[in-house]
Amino acid sequence: MNQLYAFVLKEFRHIARDRWTTIILLCLPVVMLVLFGFAISTEVKNTPLAVVDQSKDELSRQLVERLASNQYFRLVKNLDSVEEAEELFKSGKASLVLVVGPGFRKELIAYGTAPVQLLADASDPNTARTVVSYATAVISSFQQQALGGGSVPYRITPVVKLLYNPTMKGAYNFVPGTLGLILMLICAMMTSVSIAREKELGTMEVLLVSPVRPLTMIIAKVIPYFVLSVVDFVLICLISVFVLDVPISGSLFWLVIVSLTYICLALALGILISSMVSSQLVALLISGMAMIVPVMFLSGMMFPIDTMPVVFQWLSKILPASWYISAVRKLMIMGLGFEAIRSDLAVLAGMTLLLALVAMKKHKARLDG
Amino acid sequence: MLRYLLEKEFKQLVRNRFMPRVIVVMPLAVLLIVPLIANFDVKNLNLSVVDGDRSPLSRRLVAKVSNSGYFIVTDTSGTYRQALDSVEEERADIILEIPPGFERNLVKEGAASLLIAANTVNGTKGGLGSAYMSSIVSDFNIEVIAEMSPQSGASIGGISIDSTYRYNPHLEYPVFMIPALMVMMLTMLCGFLPALNIVMEKQRGTIEQMNVTPVRRSTFILSKLIPYWVTGFVVLSVCFVVAWLVHDLVPRGSYLTIYGFSALFVLAISGLGLVISNYASSVQQAMFMMFFFVLSLIFLSGLYTPIASMPGWAQVLSIFSPLKYLIVVMRQVFLIGAGAEELSTPLVALGGFALFFNGWAIVSYKKSS
Repeated sequence: MNQLYAFVLKEFRHIARDRWTTIILLCLPVVMLVLFGFAISTEVKNTPLAVVDQSKDELSRQLVERLASNQYFRLVKNLDSVEEAEELFKSGKASLVLVVGPGFRKELIAYGTAPVQLLADASDPNTARTVVSYATAVISSFQQQALGGGSVPYRITPVVKLLYNPTMKGAYNFVPGTLGLILMLICAMMTSVSIAREKELGTMEVLLVSPVRPLTMIIAKVIPYFVLSVVDFVLICLISVFVLDVPISGSLFWLVIVSLTYICLALALGILISSMVSSQLVALLISGMAMIVPVMFLSGMMFPIDTMPVVFQWLSKILPASWYISAVRKLMIMGLGFEAIRSDLAVLAGMTLLLALVAMKKHKARLDG
Repeated sequence: MLRYLLEKEFKQLVRNRFMPRVIVVMPLAVLLIVPLIANFDVKNLNLSVVDGDRSPLSRRLVAKVSNSGYFIVTDTSGTYRQALDSVEEERADIILEIPPGFERNLVKEGAASLLIAANTVNGTKGGLGSAYMSSIVSDFNIEVIAEMSPQSGASIGGISIDSTYRYNPHLEYPVFMIPALMVMMLTMLCGFLPALNIVMEKQRGTIEQMNVTPVRRSTFILSKLIPYWVTGFVVLSVCFVVAWLVHDLVPRGSYLTIYGFSALFVLAISGLGLVISNYASSVQQAMFMMFFFVLSLIFLSGLYTPIASMPGWAQVLSIFSPLKYLIVVMRQVFLIGAGAEELSTPLVALGGFALFFNGWAIVSYKKSS
């Protein structure tokens, strides 16, 4: 036990002496959470709106006023012609242009219908769609009020309920992903680089000729990163709950269990990688390219898995991060319990066992041979 | 002096097995694969139907919804509770509940309601999904009204809205993603690689040899900068070719404008890489610091989510990101066909950044520690 303790202490000192990396490891989750939680929003607000009002009559002015005073829009310019709209689009100063033709009020009263045009900058398709649907909703409700609604027979009213995340906060989707990414980053990348560094610097040889058992040495390397990941996990949860208002609606107990399993999995992965490489740079590149990039893109962290081509959906199933992120989402956001995450947990546990076994075998071979 | 240093740098770059391949292959792979994955398009949502009425009218509505192309009926349940279970088990994304007596209420009393419940863990999916469903219901409503009371058709015509989606009429996501990916590629390749360069020299010890020569700091930094500047052109060209061949995307504006602005941008971002390289003492530190900055910058700069929907403080922060200006240039020139005249702000900003970062790199480079 004394040996293990001494080694763990040494590893901690190594980490502490590399001040910058430790600072970044603790700051990165905070920054990511703040960014994802507050800054990134797919919600559309303050859309710059321009208007071409060719009628300028009482009704069209009211319509424009209604749109402009809506919090989703911000009237930036009143244009005289549709050609001017093109200019605004080019300089990016407007995302939506409302065009009201001449004789708006007259037509509406005479024929009961009048056309308006919405020109949307569709370089971002989803924003464009959302913006158009908001504008349509505002125009419809204006129409109801102005023309005296209630004269509509046979009205079907849909009641819309937004489940689990009624305010449509982007953070709800990103927090599980951030957890998955950061924990993988710390455990897999840092562990593998640490072991690879010993090999590269030649200190591995020194350790091997000592009476310390190789297993002790590896466990000693793993423990500080385990502690660091637990610290980061707690940090992320605290920030999510208190700063971002993302609740842990489900079972905290199972959240901890699943996360500990994932941490062990990532650590085993880190050890496995380090047993296959002999230089730090390669360890860094492999864990970076093979871990971080797929996790960011394929695990469902940012982009929904079900809209991907089937090939990538299969790839996503191989990534441990996908299972973890799915479990965390169910526990944290959807407030479910053990039954829901049963399969995710089973897969994670199985992967951990498999990786640990393979890592041990490979290390035994390398270290003995 | 500069000439010889440049010769050395280029030779090193080309002799390295890894680098030239990464420079060409990475943009290729990213631009090919990521648009397939990174798709925020909302379609093929799994729908759970609870039809409590089972009347001809409700069946028509369900048929209309399932034929819309946006939804796939994956579940028909008897009660809302069962439908909710299917959402929890991730078999459905959205629920349509038609209460018993729907048709009778609509015909006899002229009003009926139904429930749309959407899983909003992913805010965009839930929001757009429920919006699509609502608009299908309202189309259905209009059909019903037209059939039941043809004469009141005119009075509910009201304001007809014609929406045009400019610059991306089919609302295709790749059109939005590819400029963003190009900026990301330029940032990563022309930012990370210089960051690693000086640090690796430090670790190998060859920096000492350079420090004892009479080479001036500015010359040294310039010699490091120029090869990556050239790299930027290569990367951009590969991106253009892929965009043209695979995605049929050609800039509306002029290639020259894009190259020009990118040249400035690459100077700025390589400068940032060199600054980090000066402060880091190991490859790992440099990687982490760069990763930290690049990640924050990418999300803060409006590449994937609009800056207009960020809170005030985030918008202020985004002013300090060179990426923000390049993505504006990319999108405006590529998709909307803007020219240099309309883009004076980015020009000045990028130029400023280039001077600032490279100046800092020169000043912070210490020949003696």
